[in-house]
Amino acid sequence: MALEKMSIAKALNESLRKALDTDPKVLIMGEDVGKLGGVFRITDGLQKDFGEDRVIDTPLAESGIVGTAIGLALRGYRPIVEIQFDGFVFPAYDQIVTQLAKMHARALGKIKLPVVVRIPYGGGIGAVEHHSESPEALFAHVAGLKVVSPSNASDAYWMMQQAVQSDDPIIFFEPKRRYWDKGEVETDLIPGPLHKAATVREGSDLTLAAYGPMVKVCLEAAAAAQEEGKSIEVLDLRSMSPIDFDSVQASVEKTGRLVVVHEAPVFYGSGAEIAARITERCFYHLEAPVLRVGGYHVPYPPARLEDEYLPGLDRVLDAVDRSLAY
Amino acid sequence: MTVESTAARKPRRSSKRTSAAKTPQSSEPELVQLLTPEGERVEHPDYTIDLTADELRGLYRDMVLTRRFDAEATALQRQGELGLWASLLGQEAAQIGSGRALRDDDYVFPTYREHGVAWCRGVDPTNLLGMFRGVNHGGWDPNSNNFHLYTIVIGSQTLHATGYAMGVAKDGADSAVIAYFGDGASSQGDVAESFTFSAVYNAPVVFFCQNNQWAISEPTERQTRVPLYQRAQGFGFPGVRVDGNDVLACLAVTKSALERARRGEGPTLVEAFTYRMGAHTTSDDPTKYRADEERASWEAKDPILRLRTYLEKQELADEAYFSALDEESEALGKRVREAVRAMPDPDRMAIFDHAYADGSPLVDEERAQFAAYQASFAEEGN
Repeated sequence: MALEKMSIAKALNESLRKALDTDPKVLIMGEDVGKLGGVFRITDGLQKDFGEDRVIDTPLAESGIVGTAIGLALRGYRPIVEIQFDGFVFPAYDQIVTQLAKMHARALGKIKLPVVVRIPYGGGIGAVEHHSESPEALFAHVAGLKVVSPSNASDAYWMMQQAVQSDDPIIFFEPKRRYWDKGEVETDLIPGPLHKAATVREGSDLTLAAYGPMVKVCLEAAAAAQEEGKSIEVLDLRSMSPIDFDSVQASVEKTGRLVVVHEAPVFYGSGAEIAARITERCFYHLEAPVLRVGGYHVPYPPARLEDEYLPGLDRVLDAVDRSLAY
Repeated sequence: MTVESTAARKPRRSSKRTSAAKTPQSSEPELVQLLTPEGERVEHPDYTIDLTADELRGLYRDMVLTRRFDAEATALQRQGELGLWASLLGQEAAQIGSGRALRDDDYVFPTYREHGVAWCRGVDPTNLLGMFRGVNHGGWDPNSNNFHLYTIVIGSQTLHATGYAMGVAKDGADSAVIAYFGDGASSQGDVAESFTFSAVYNAPVVFFCQNNQWAISEPTERQTRVPLYQRAQGFGFPGVRVDGNDVLACLAVTKSALERARRGEGPTLVEAFTYRMGAHTTSDDPTKYRADEERASWEAKDPILRLRTYLEKQELADEAYFSALDEESEALGKRVREAVRAMPDPDRMAIFDHAYADGSPLVDEERAQFAAYQASFAEEGN
């Protein structure tokens, strides 16, 4: 039994350390991941303890990072690559979409690509352009990839463990503005399935579904709604591909109402897919249309305006009210 | 053999070489050549090769059979049996020479045109045809012959080769990796990044660029202002230009580069100067963009003809050998033809196989829906 309170950043660091320690084939690659420990210090101290051969500072070339990670995976390694910021993943998008996602199928299953691509994502840190985006739908849309995002320290630890053990490529979105949020991590437990949603607050009037950085906002909204006598259930989806529709369905069959919340633009976002599927599955249970709260169809705004763009407590509550008004 | 020489002659694309049997003495760029278009053995100061008669005949046989297979595939496309074919016609020496330089434990990352290299690796030619017929996207086990799947996105595989080579070095193995690509791919960012990564990590990889002068309709002049092999210098490793229609030179230069990689001295860029005698693929029409005279000038440098001339002059092969090889060629063509015609379409449910290694509930759901949809027709039929 080992129960510890730690930040999401520390939980990721501990999980990566355990992965390096457990499996000699695990490698960490990325820009500044060595001595510096990454710009968010997620790999802090790992190169010192595991050496430059296993924690590898790479040239500043994202396509090269993912492309060489594919080659290392073909040689039997299990690379975990770090993309420094969400908006910098696009030079690697070609390698991820045309090669990483499809090579297993191209070989009719004869080879596997156990590569984890870590991407700190989302806004709320007052950054310059390209440092605050939420491109998860662009990856969830691609068959062959699995896309996950933890919202708390325990999930950060365990979902990373499971991602490293997965024989499929995993795009691992880390909620960067929550890196320093602390939570309890039980390092001895046997975790549930990686792609299963979690009910993080029970309720009976409406379901809020979110993932990553928005789970905290939804929990705050549910607490605020409670004061007005509304009972809100909050689901942490945890995985954007595949999505645990069964858990969402079960919740909506109970509450009759669903609001999906994410930072990414609403247009073609994961909320659209959830709304369509749940409408199909729960048509006779729904008391209101599935509503979505998210970013607008505009380039991510400058930092001084990001609070206007990001879904906050009030915008989530507004959607809750609109749903309950039906 | 060493690869320290980065000297190469400027290409003369439209003039037939008449005095090729000269060793370069000046600083004028020269391409490495050991067998002239006229079938004469010449020496090179940096590269030597000494092959038995059996080995020489083996290279000849490889090239002849590869060309026969290639011709059969083109014919099968014309007959509607294949959806597309990317012919290697004219590039046999570059592929057989480099392919025969490899050890079994070396690893190959090809484009979609390396049919000759696949032959050298022991990949059954019929395996290559599945993707061109449209029954799979490749499907062979890359680890059976250390020959990766054909990669269609231009230049992507150079990074995979580099990563694989980084893994070889980590394992402490003395294997080498070879990445094939073309003159068009040399413009891709991934190729530049693979040069950077392989150089800084000193990865045991050979970059084998078949400069066949054309990237579909664009001549090499549209890709580069310097000879391609010179690109290597800026990345900090040697580059060498070899006569890509000279199987002996391609073998010697590639072998030397592989040995350099094995010694832990890092990557080498080999530019095999050759010519795409056919169309880019069976969908292409080169009469729209290049002159017949150019092709004719390269016909005089044919890789197979020059080795045959040499074998005949040296009396290393007789008429009985050549006619037996002709028979073997026809048998190969027949075998390929029959195999392709007998190649069944996959079961329709196969589209759901192998999207994921660990499976996916979404794919499972869609598979079940599709199966139920198909089953509904069977019920109607009852």
